[in-house]
Amino acid sequence: MRIILKTIIAAFFCLLAGQATAQADLADAAKGLLSKSYSDKIQATEAIAASGDKRSVRLLEILLSGDLYALEADDRLVFLVKDGDRQIASDAVTGEEIGPIERTEISKIRINNRMRGLIKDLLGRLTLLNEDPALRINAANAIFKSRPAEMVAPLTEALAMETDEKVAAVMRRALAALNFAHGETPDVQADALVILGEQPDPEVRSMLSAELNRLAAAENPSSENQALAAKVRQALDKVEERLAMLGLVENVFQGISLGSVLLLAAIGLAITFGVMGVINMAHGEMVMIGAYTTYMVQELCRNFAPDMLTYSLIAAVPLAFIVAGLAGMAIERSVIRFLYGRPLETLLATWGISLILQQFVRTVFGPTNKEVSSPDWLSGAWEITGGLALTYNRIAIILFAAAVLLMLMLVLRKTAFGLEMRAVTQNRKMASSMGIRTGWVDAMTFGLGSGVAGMAGVALSQIDNVSPNLGQSYIVDSFMVVVFGGVGNLWGTLVGALSLGITNKFLEPYTGAVLAKICILIFIILFIQKRPRGLFALKGRAVEN
Amino acid sequence: MLGLRKVAGVFTGAAMLATSALGLGTAQAADDVIKVGVLHSLTGTMAISETTLKDAVLMMVDDLNKNGGLLGKKVEAVVVDPASNWPLFAEKARELIEVSDVDVVFGCWTSVSRKSVLPVFEELNSLLFYPVQYEGEESSRNVFYTGAAPNQQAIPAVEYLMSEEGGSVERWVLAGTDYVYPRTTNKILEAFLKSKGVAEEDIMISYTPFGHSDWQTIVSDIKKFGSEGKKTAVVSTINGDANVPFYKELGNQGIDAADIPVVAFSVGEEELAGLDTTPLVGHLAAWNYFMSIESEENDAFIKQWKAFIGDDKRVTNDPMEATYLGFKMWTQAVKQAGTTDVDAVRQAMYGQKVKNLTGGTAVMNTNHHLSKPVLIGEIQDNGQIETVWRTDDVVVGDAWSDYIPESAKLIADWTYPYVCGGCEKPMY
Repeated sequence: MRIILKTIIAAFFCLLAGQATAQADLADAAKGLLSKSYSDKIQATEAIAASGDKRSVRLLEILLSGDLYALEADDRLVFLVKDGDRQIASDAVTGEEIGPIERTEISKIRINNRMRGLIKDLLGRLTLLNEDPALRINAANAIFKSRPAEMVAPLTEALAMETDEKVAAVMRRALAALNFAHGETPDVQADALVILGEQPDPEVRSMLSAELNRLAAAENPSSENQALAAKVRQALDKVEERLAMLGLVENVFQGISLGSVLLLAAIGLAITFGVMGVINMAHGEMVMIGAYTTYMVQELCRNFAPDMLTYSLIAAVPLAFIVAGLAGMAIERSVIRFLYGRPLETLLATWGISLILQQFVRTVFGPTNKEVSSPDWLSGAWEITGGLALTYNRIAIILFAAAVLLMLMLVLRKTAFGLEMRAVTQNRKMASSMGIRTGWVDAMTFGLGSGVAGMAGVALSQIDNVSPNLGQSYIVDSFMVVVFGGVGNLWGTLVGALSLGITNKFLEPYTGAVLAKICILIFIILFIQKRPRGLFALKGRAVEN
Repeated sequence: MLGLRKVAGVFTGAAMLATSALGLGTAQAADDVIKVGVLHSLTGTMAISETTLKDAVLMMVDDLNKNGGLLGKKVEAVVVDPASNWPLFAEKARELIEVSDVDVVFGCWTSVSRKSVLPVFEELNSLLFYPVQYEGEESSRNVFYTGAAPNQQAIPAVEYLMSEEGGSVERWVLAGTDYVYPRTTNKILEAFLKSKGVAEEDIMISYTPFGHSDWQTIVSDIKKFGSEGKKTAVVSTINGDANVPFYKELGNQGIDAADIPVVAFSVGEEELAGLDTTPLVGHLAAWNYFMSIESEENDAFIKQWKAFIGDDKRVTNDPMEATYLGFKMWTQAVKQAGTTDVDAVRQAMYGQKVKNLTGGTAVMNTNHHLSKPVLIGEIQDNGQIETVWRTDDVVVGDAWSDYIPESAKLIADWTYPYVCGGCEKPMY
């Protein structure tokens, strides 16, 4: 009994001592990070990972995120946690809290790209058994990328213990890549190939084609090698077939996305130009006003309610509609209504207004771009497989464009205002004699078109610069869409925008961005020669007026 | 719709009206002032970059006047606005020299605007200080190039990425805006890469129009190009506004600097100011100056700039340093020559020395280019760029690239016996 107790006590002390040395190891290894030279830092990083200390993972994560600092006073490594206005420093090795600290008392530990790659790789090996599934996925992906032979056994083990199916799938892929690269027997490699063949991932393709080249280059291919080469070719064909399909899906998505941007920019114009027949060169500036409204809303949020910043975009949509709509009504009442039926003068006047608005914004907000931040739910991409990722902001814009189009349709078809608007555009005199205030309807229609342009500005602030020139880059495209789709027809605008977007995106990989744009322009010129009224021409009396 | 020709006519008419109305007033010539012309776009697509340089010149003029002027005279800045309209640059340059009678002009940003004013300066024998990094392949008797030539920016950046420290890059995407600077730079880089043994299929070149905003296809192409096993980097000569959506798309598609770094030659602190740089951390920029450099001169310069502009958040950038160096050198040369006469000042410019804001000394060479250090930096989450590599010494600006066979044999030297901007043998 006593002996057992003694052993236990001894073991306990041993453990304590072990703990102490591990701590010393980690702290020693971390000291290297204080060096100015990146190669010293790289050595230190490797030593941290090799120390075997559990806390090394946290230390590496802090280092990777750029939150690691050194105290000027005693070179202690710390990380900062924000607590209201204060920064609380904690020891990065032990995790012990030190207390509030000033920016001047610390200096940042800088890392470069080479270190970032290394840390990710090392973390991958260390976090394979972490509790967080997201970390395990990252780990498996890091292993998939670097394919270190010594990870075959740990990964097999981790996969056996894995309960989350999503993580397991990523791990299976990484293991297959490992087995294929380092597999001892052809059977192991063949099994791995079956799994790899299911992966539509450019990286798998390059791995397989490199292997195929290697096998083909062998001087006296053994029958085993030939069999393997055939299997690799089979898997490669499968991967390429899937990649080609994904490429097609991606192209269509990008086309729809570009189309939805065009639609958003053009849909307001489809009302002011399409329905009212006003050539409004200041349309782009309405979009710009919408974007600047978004900026203002975000600035207010930042100053008064920082917690609400994520939702500021949603609040900006109705506000942009109102601000741009009011601006549009003001322009209509003060300038355009005196120029109905005189297209050339309208063109010149609205062009002047557009310049005035641009310079006004430039004077008030300055010529530089304004930062409109993207909320978290609009950043990043939805990674469907390795070869296909759809970015959230583009998905959101497609949905937003659809919603705007639907709402506009409803307003035009189902409301009294929509009815009056259609009546006035079809036969002004008759509508007037029926008691419709045509002047008021004109102002509201123009306001509606401008307001929709303002809402487009909110969306465009997510993908383009918020600068005084924002509107200019969209005005030509907008006219193109409306003219191509057919003046006075919202469906035409939709079809026009989508077909131009998709055609552009399918041309771009072959011709480059510059030539694709030129091709589209030539196509439209030819098309308008053949069908001057666009895709969906309005028929009937309205056209004659 | 209306006849397109009419529309175009109306456009140009309106544009001319607007821009000439915006050009700031010009003062009467007087003997007791020295006039400095400022030819930077204050409106239009380039206003984002060029307005800052106008302010930088005004700050330097202000500083000079506070310290007693030049040759006992007051210095006056004459500001005009060429409105990002390339032919208008030539008109405005002529107006500055002939009507306002300026002694020197600081101006231009894009190479196309410089090419447009070049004949004017040569015809009227006036001086232009051009403060932006550019494609080289030029040396005019009437222009001093205080920005970087390709061998002071592009080539060292690519060499850095090829080194082990930079990640041993083997595959290259050369992405640029479609005009003279990116096309010439990429021609030089392509020749350079091939001379280093990079295969044709490991180089992808893509051009986009000015102000391009839909980067989906190009970024996903880059992603595919970069996922084929070899380490890939993007060399970006994308100019102006188009950078913001480009970097946004990079961030959204999850292209990480550790996987595919992007090194940019036209993105500085000013361009990053309109951007959330968190997803861009680690992407690179190559310049001769970063705001983050710690030196006495730089601290003083930043302090002076913030005080002058009255905004504590404004940043400084490389073309501002180039403007600073050019202006200092010009004042020194005028003092040395004792006159603002163009030929005398030009002669006095050669060998003129000014302390760089980044340490070391910039020297004006007889090929009208500067000797400056080269810095490579990584973008940080606060919008600043931190140096990760720099040349030990200054690099002499080379007007004609050594990597283009036709140019390699040309020599630019405006002193005896050469006296030419690009010739194979001495003129005398």
